[in-house]
Amino acid sequence: MTQGITVSREKGLEEKGYKWGFTTDVETELAPKGLNEDIIRLISRMKKEPEWLLEWRLKAYRYWAKLHAGEGAPKWAKVEYPPIDFQDIYYYAAPRSQSGPPKSLADVDPEMLEAFEKLGVPLQEREKLAGVAVDAVFDSVSIATTYKAKLEELGIIFCSFSEAVQKHPDLVKQYLGSVVPATDNFYAALNSAVFSDGSFAYVPPGVRCPIELMTYFRINTEGSGQFERTLIIADKSAYVSYLEGCTAPSRKTNQLHAAVVELIALDDGEVKYSTIQNWFPGTKDGKGGVYNFVTKRGKCAGRNSKISWTQVETGSAITWKYPSVFLQGDNSTGEFYSVALTNNYQQADTGTKMVHIGKNTKSTIVAKGISAGHGRNTYRGQVKIMPGADGATNHTQCDSLLIGPLSVANTVPYIEVRNPTARLEHEASTSKVSDDQLFYLQSRGISAEDAHHMIITGWSRDVIKELPFEFAIEANQLLKVSLEGAVG
Amino acid sequence: MPLLEVKDLHARIADKEILRGLSLKVNKGEVHAIMGPNGSGKSTFANVLAGRPDYAVTQGQVMLDGADITALLPEDRAVRGLFLAFQYPAEVPGVRPWQFLKASSDAVQTYRRQAKLSVRDFTKVFDGAVKETGINSELVKRSLNEGFSGGEKKRNEMLQMKVLQPKLCVMDETDSGLDIDALKMVASVVNGMRTAERAFIIVTHYSRILNYIQPDYVHVLVDGRIVQSAGADLAHEIERSGYEKFLKAGARTS
Repeated sequence: MTQGITVSREKGLEEKGYKWGFTTDVETELAPKGLNEDIIRLISRMKKEPEWLLEWRLKAYRYWAKLHAGEGAPKWAKVEYPPIDFQDIYYYAAPRSQSGPPKSLADVDPEMLEAFEKLGVPLQEREKLAGVAVDAVFDSVSIATTYKAKLEELGIIFCSFSEAVQKHPDLVKQYLGSVVPATDNFYAALNSAVFSDGSFAYVPPGVRCPIELMTYFRINTEGSGQFERTLIIADKSAYVSYLEGCTAPSRKTNQLHAAVVELIALDDGEVKYSTIQNWFPGTKDGKGGVYNFVTKRGKCAGRNSKISWTQVETGSAITWKYPSVFLQGDNSTGEFYSVALTNNYQQADTGTKMVHIGKNTKSTIVAKGISAGHGRNTYRGQVKIMPGADGATNHTQCDSLLIGPLSVANTVPYIEVRNPTARLEHEASTSKVSDDQLFYLQSRGISAEDAHHMIITGWSRDVIKELPFEFAIEANQLLKVSLEGAVG
Repeated sequence: MPLLEVKDLHARIADKEILRGLSLKVNKGEVHAIMGPNGSGKSTFANVLAGRPDYAVTQGQVMLDGADITALLPEDRAVRGLFLAFQYPAEVPGVRPWQFLKASSDAVQTYRRQAKLSVRDFTKVFDGAVKETGINSELVKRSLNEGFSGGEKKRNEMLQMKVLQPKLCVMDETDSGLDIDALKMVASVVNGMRTAERAFIIVTHYSRILNYIQPDYVHVLVDGRIVQSAGADLAHEIERSGYEKFLKAGARTS
């Protein structure tokens, strides 16, 4: 199916702020709309998957179908949207020129390379970009993984999920679903049934990955869902920093994105996971936009292991995600740093879950929510201290910033302590950008709009500073663009 | 042409008229002290000059360098060289003083159609001003005014004035609450910045600071109007006998 939409819509879009809204004219291979066991068999066959994986998918599908027929999607989040017709979605959309994964960058469709170029994703292995290895997922298929050779020397595996299934089936089989089971929740089950690609990274014992690994996700095809699956493993004493960026074209219809991310850190291993989520947020009056229903979870399986989530969420019509850490190994550490921004009619229900299982486990939560326009922003977080978690500590800080009279912020903390030696701290605040702050900055020559931006990025600094440098700059820019029209 | 000319300025906040026909001329190179009892409108005057949106100007005009700035936004006054040293500067979490002042300097340079200062050149100027104003160099690495003592906030205002080199410096009770060392620092910054091109308006309740900064004119503000103007001696007179005798002169006539 060819889409006759031009690539040069960047400036003509009515959503002034969203410059990532272009579509790309590549031929796309679509499985028929709708979801049933045949579609799942088709996806699995097209990806030449082993039998066990098909069975795993089917099991997930049957669980999902049961939920779907029963209570349906979870309703506890503070978000509102019309029921999703799951039979009206393409579950598999692949650029047609990709028959089989590309062997090298030279095999990748130039149109697609151009699309990623526009997004600022450094797909070409250029000297000056020597800091990031990129795997780009376009609709459902992984396009190219750069720097492969360099990483291979160190024994690091970084490839598309499909490739990992073919080349490293044992690792995939060992870890897939070990943190987020196929039957974890409605959207995780859906993803487990139909996921078509994603990224896979494995860092062997004692290896510190010398570059940032990055995946850029992009939804292109209209009416298609994106269901990527990411699995990252830091073996003993290994370290990896992983970046994830997301964009989608501007469309009047809603698009579903239901990803699952699983992180595993073994003894003394560390995974740092950073996200900039900038899916199309919908128009100013709330039409279109991505439904971002994502399950992200890490397991600190080993002693002294560490998993750290940092996210800057500015996109999507609706965001529903709780990057969590299960602190199983003694002395392990979980961190969650988040800035979620909702403008116009965006809704976000996001937060984290820290489950302390091992002794002397430690978690830190810094969650910042910015609401503007009619935006609704809810922090939902759970800290759970299990009986065996002697000496566990948690520090939680939740701050909300309201812009304009119509925005809404909620904070919903859940705390469950089953060990008397635990120490928990919870701080929360709600504030507005004050007139005094604005006048002060303006009186030094800074325009009202820049002053707002400076105050907001300053307020978010505790989170932004956790991002790798270039990502931090992009995050600041995004906060600025996302608030255009909301202030000044 | 005077650097600043204020003509029959009336301003109110909510329903309350605070400035009631204030007129003042300030030439380049001059230092003017505005004194007055509490509630006379001194701070309002300083804030109205800088364009604080809480106040509505209902009558009169403010001219800076011959241009009417009465209706300009605060930022547009600032880039033209008007600087207000705040009595109570706002705290801005997460914004570092360096970053804030660099943005400010960039805005001024852009307005002047001059190249922005390089990070290195700006840092040199900034570090020099940190040293001169005696502000704790650890503090300026953190958030703007957050956790600063009252004295440190005032030092930070002087630091900004020093770095931005404005044409007209309006100081709103910079001296209040300062110990003698800090007061001398303020005087030293002002005296060091006095040139034939620059002017100062020092708003103060007490004459103490004027022992260190020699003003060319002293004005007494009562009930939103200047009721007397004279040379530096007027400040000494106020120090001896207070504001009592001026209050009658400024009594409202309805």
